[in-house]
Amino acid sequence: MTHLLAQAAPIRNPAIDYHAIAPELVLAGTIFVVLFLDLFLPRDRKWLAMPVAFVGTVGSLAASLTLIGSLPRRTFGGSYVIDNFAILFKVFFLAVALVVLMLSYRYLRDGRYYQGEYYTLLLCSFLGMLTMPSSRDLLMLFISLELVSAPGFLLAGFRKGDPRSNEAALKFFLISVLSTAVMLYGMSLVYGVTGTLRLDGIAAKLSQPAGATNLALAAILFVVAGFAFKVSAFPFQFWAPDTYEGSPVPVAAFLSVASKAAGFAGLLQIMFVAFLPRADFWAPIFAVLSLFTMTIGNLVALQQRQVVRLLAYSSIAQAGYMLLPFALATTNDAVVNKEAFAAAVLYILIYAVMNLGAFAVVVGMTREAPGILVSDFAGLGQRAGLIAVAMAMFMLSLAGIPPLAGFWGKFFIFRAAIDRGGVGVWLAIAMVVNSVISLVYYVSVVRPMFLEPVAEPVLPFRPPASVTAVVAFAAAAVAVVFIFPNLLLHFPGVSTLIGQ
Amino acid sequence: MSGWEKSAITLAVFLPAFGALVIAFMPRGMDRLVRGLGILFSGAALLVGIIMLFGFDYGAHDGLQFELKASWISAINANYHVGIDGISLPLFELTLLLTFLCAIYTWKFLPEPGRPKGFIALMLLLETGMAGTFIAFDLVLFFIFWELVLVPMYFLIGIWGSANREYAAIKFFLYTLFGSVFMLLGFLALFFNSSPHTFDILQLSQQGSAGLALTRSVQNLIFAGLFLGFAIKVPMWPFHTWLPDAHTEAPTVGSVLLAGILLKMGTYGFIRIALPILPDAARTWAPAIAILAVIAIVYASLACLAQRDLKRLIAFSSVGHMGFVMLGIATLTPVGINAAIFGMVAHGLITGMLFFEVGSIYDRYHTRQISDIGGGMLQKIPLLAGIFAFTAIASLGLPGLAGFWGEVTALLSSYSPAQILSGHLTLFRTLMVFGGIGTILTAGYFLWTLQRVNLGTLPELWQERALPDVTTVEMLAWAPLLVGILFLGLFPRVVFGTTNDAVTALARVFTGG
Repeated sequence: MTHLLAQAAPIRNPAIDYHAIAPELVLAGTIFVVLFLDLFLPRDRKWLAMPVAFVGTVGSLAASLTLIGSLPRRTFGGSYVIDNFAILFKVFFLAVALVVLMLSYRYLRDGRYYQGEYYTLLLCSFLGMLTMPSSRDLLMLFISLELVSAPGFLLAGFRKGDPRSNEAALKFFLISVLSTAVMLYGMSLVYGVTGTLRLDGIAAKLSQPAGATNLALAAILFVVAGFAFKVSAFPFQFWAPDTYEGSPVPVAAFLSVASKAAGFAGLLQIMFVAFLPRADFWAPIFAVLSLFTMTIGNLVALQQRQVVRLLAYSSIAQAGYMLLPFALATTNDAVVNKEAFAAAVLYILIYAVMNLGAFAVVVGMTREAPGILVSDFAGLGQRAGLIAVAMAMFMLSLAGIPPLAGFWGKFFIFRAAIDRGGVGVWLAIAMVVNSVISLVYYVSVVRPMFLEPVAEPVLPFRPPASVTAVVAFAAAAVAVVFIFPNLLLHFPGVSTLIGQ
Repeated sequence: MSGWEKSAITLAVFLPAFGALVIAFMPRGMDRLVRGLGILFSGAALLVGIIMLFGFDYGAHDGLQFELKASWISAINANYHVGIDGISLPLFELTLLLTFLCAIYTWKFLPEPGRPKGFIALMLLLETGMAGTFIAFDLVLFFIFWELVLVPMYFLIGIWGSANREYAAIKFFLYTLFGSVFMLLGFLALFFNSSPHTFDILQLSQQGSAGLALTRSVQNLIFAGLFLGFAIKVPMWPFHTWLPDAHTEAPTVGSVLLAGILLKMGTYGFIRIALPILPDAARTWAPAIAILAVIAIVYASLACLAQRDLKRLIAFSSVGHMGFVMLGIATLTPVGINAAIFGMVAHGLITGMLFFEVGSIYDRYHTRQISDIGGGMLQKIPLLAGIFAFTAIASLGLPGLAGFWGEVTALLSSYSPAQILSGHLTLFRTLMVFGGIGTILTAGYFLWTLQRVNLGTLPELWQERALPDVTTVEMLAWAPLLVGILFLGLFPRVVFGTTNDAVTALARVFTGG
C-alpha cells in the first residue's frame, strides 16, 4: 500500500515550483488588488490604482530577480521553464511595465479615464508577457499570446469619445482574432503531424524525414502567418498605424514595444526551437517578410506628418529588421543560428528602450498639442533643450547612427547576416539601404526641434515629472548601452534556449 | 611615464567630448563663459597633442606609439585600440590645431541664430570624432569615430548655415551615411574572412600583406564597399556633389573643419585600411582610382572657372586638391603616399585658411558673389586682401609654400607608379600630363579670382562703407595657419620625415621590399 502511494503521489500532486512562478503570482495578486481597490476608492482617489500597480510590478520584478541564481527551473511537467532566456524577457517586460505605468499616470488623470480598469487590463496583458517566454508548449504559448492581446483590444478603445479610438479597437480586435484563428489552425495541424505540443518534441519529430510532409510545412506556414499579424509584419501590417493613432498614446507605446516584443519572444521560441529542423523551408519566407516589412514601413513612414503614425510605420520597419535574423536560420550551422538568435533578442531589447523614450516625449507633448504633428515640435530645442536632445537621441538611435545604442542593434544583425553569407549579404545590403532611407523621416522629427524657430514668446515645455523621468532614463540608457554594449550582450549570449 | 604614454591619446580625443557635455549642462545666458570653455577644452586637447609631439619617437621605423589596447566588446573581439604613427600624427595634430583655431574664431564670430552653447558643444563633439578617426586601430572603433562626425556637422550646417542650409545639411548626412554603411558591411566581411577573426587594423594589415584567404572577386567586392565609404567622404568625382552644397552653406567654422579635416578622413581610410588590408584589390582598383582622381582635378578646375560665388569656388577647389591626394595614393608608391599625406596637411592649412578668409570677407561685404564684391579689396582692407592673396597663391601651388610639395610630388609619383602597376605605365603618365594641365588651370582660376576680388577699382558702393580690416581675434586664429603654410613650404622635411618610415613600411606590400 505504501509502495503504491509512493508511486501515485507524483501523479496526484504534481510538483509545482512556486518559487519559479512567484513573479506571475505576485502580478496576478496585484491585478486583483487593483481591481477590488478601485471599487472602494472615491472618484478623486482613483489614481491610487497606479501606485498600487507600480508597487506590485516592482514586487514581481524583485521576485524575478531572486530566481537568477538558480536557473534553469522546470515546472508543470516541463512545459513551463524558467531559464536565462525567460528571465531576461521577464525582467525586460516588467521594466517596460513600470515605464508604461509611469507614462500612463498623468495622461489618465488628465483625461478622466477609468483608471482602475485601465491598470487592471494593462497588468493582465503583462501577466501574459511573463508567461510567454517560459511557455515551452504550443498550448501555453497560445494562452500567453491571447492573454497579451485580449486586454489590448479594450485598451486601444479607451478613448471612448473619439471615433478613431473605437476604430482602433475594432480593427485591432478583428485582425487579431483572424490571426489567432489562423495560428490556432496551424498549431492543430502541428499537433496532428507530430503528436505532441512540446516544442522540443515537435523539433524531434520534424527532424525526421516524416516531418517534411507538405502538411507539416503548411502548418508552419499558418503559424508564421499568425505571428506575422501579431508583430505587424508585411502583408499584415496595415492595422498598426490606425490602431496606434487611435489608441491613447501610452497604449500605443505599450502596443509598439511590449506587445510586439511578446510576439517576438513567442516567435523566437517556436522558430528557433520547435521548427528549427525545417529552417530551410521557412527561412526564405522570413527573408521575404523581412524585406517587404522594412521597405514598406520605411517608404510609407516618409510621408507621415503625425508623430504617432510616423512612429507606427517606423515600428513596422523596425519589425522588419527584427525579422531579418529569422531569415538567417540554417539547419546545420549552429554558430550562425546562435548569432542570429542573439541579434534578434538584442535588437528587441534596444528597440524597446529607444522607442519607449520617443513615446515618452510624445506623451509629454499630448498635453499641449493633442494632434501631435511633427510641426508641433518646432523650436522644442529652445523650449526644453535637454528633452529635445533626448528626442533627437531616440530618433537617431532608431536610425542606427552611432554613438547610440540603436547602432549595436543593427550591427549585430549585420554581423550575423555577413557571417551567414549567401542570402544574408543581400539582406544586409537591403537593410543598410533601408537604414539610410529611414534617416530621412527620423531627421524630419529632429529638424523642426532645432532648425525651425520657436513661436514668440518662448513658453517653457513642462511634461509631467513621471514622463520626464522616463525620458531621462531612456536617454541615459541609450548612451550607456552604446558605450558598454557588454551590459546587454551578456544576456543573449548565455541564452540556453537555442542550445537545447 | 608609461601611464602618460597610454592615456595621452585618449585624453586628447575625449577632452573635447567631455567639454561638450559640460557645456550642454551649463545654464542659459552664459555666452562668454561658454565660448571661453570652448577655447579651454580644445586648447587643452591641443596642449596634450603638442606634448605628444615631443614624446614621439621620429626614428621608429614602424609600430605604434602611445598605444593603448583594452578589451571593449569581448563578444565580438572588438577592442579599444588606439595608437599613433607617422601617418596618423600629422593629421591628428592638424585636427587639434584647426579646432582650437576655430574655437578662437568663434570668440568673436558666430553666425545667426547665435546660441553659442549648442555651437561650441557640437564643434567639440565633432573634434572628438575627427581626432578619433585618425588614431583608432580597431575597425569598429574607427567606424564609430567616423560616424560620430555626421550628427554634429548636420546640425552645424543645418542651424548656423546660410540660405540653403537645410538641403545641404541633409544631403551631406544622407550621402555620407550611404557610403559608410557599405563600408561597415565591408568591415564585417573583413572580420569574417580573417583568421583568427579580428577587427584589429594592424593584425588585418599583416594578414593582408601575407595574403588573405580570399578569392580575387570577394576581395574586389569588399574593396568596393570600403571604396564607397571612403570615396564619398573624400569626395572623389563623381561622388562629390554633396561637397559644394555643404561647404558653401556651412558656417565658416563648419567649412573650415569640413575642408580641413573631414575630407582627410576618406583619404586616410584608403591609406590606413583599404590599401594594406586588401593589396590585391587595391592593385586592381588603382588605375580606376587614378583616372577618377585626374577627372576630379580637371573637372574641379573647370568648375571653379565658372563659379560666381567665392565660397563655392573654394569648395570646388577642394575637389581638385583632393584629386591630387588620391592620384598620389593610386600610384601605390611610398613617394605617392607621402605626397598624399603632405597634400592632406597642406590642404588642411591652406583651404581651412581660405574658408576663414571667405567667412571674414562675407562678414564685411555681406555677399559672397564675386561680381558684387567687385574688386579693389586691396585698397579698402589691404591686410585681409593681402592674406587672401598669399593663401590663394599657396593653394595654386607656388614653390616655397605648402601647396607646392604635395601636388608636385604626387605628379612625379605618377610618372613611375609601383612596379605591380607597370602594365598601366602609359595610363599613369598620361594622367600625369592631365594632372599637370589641372595645375595650370588651378593657377588660372586663382589668379583670375584674385584679379576680380583684390585688384581693380573699388566700386562706389563700398567706398562709403566702413569695412574693418583684420581684427585681433582673426589674426590670432589665422597666424598659426599662415606660419604653417610658409614653414611647410620651406621645410617640407618636417612632414615627409615624419611620415616616410611608416609609409615605407605600409607600402612594402606593393614595392616588394
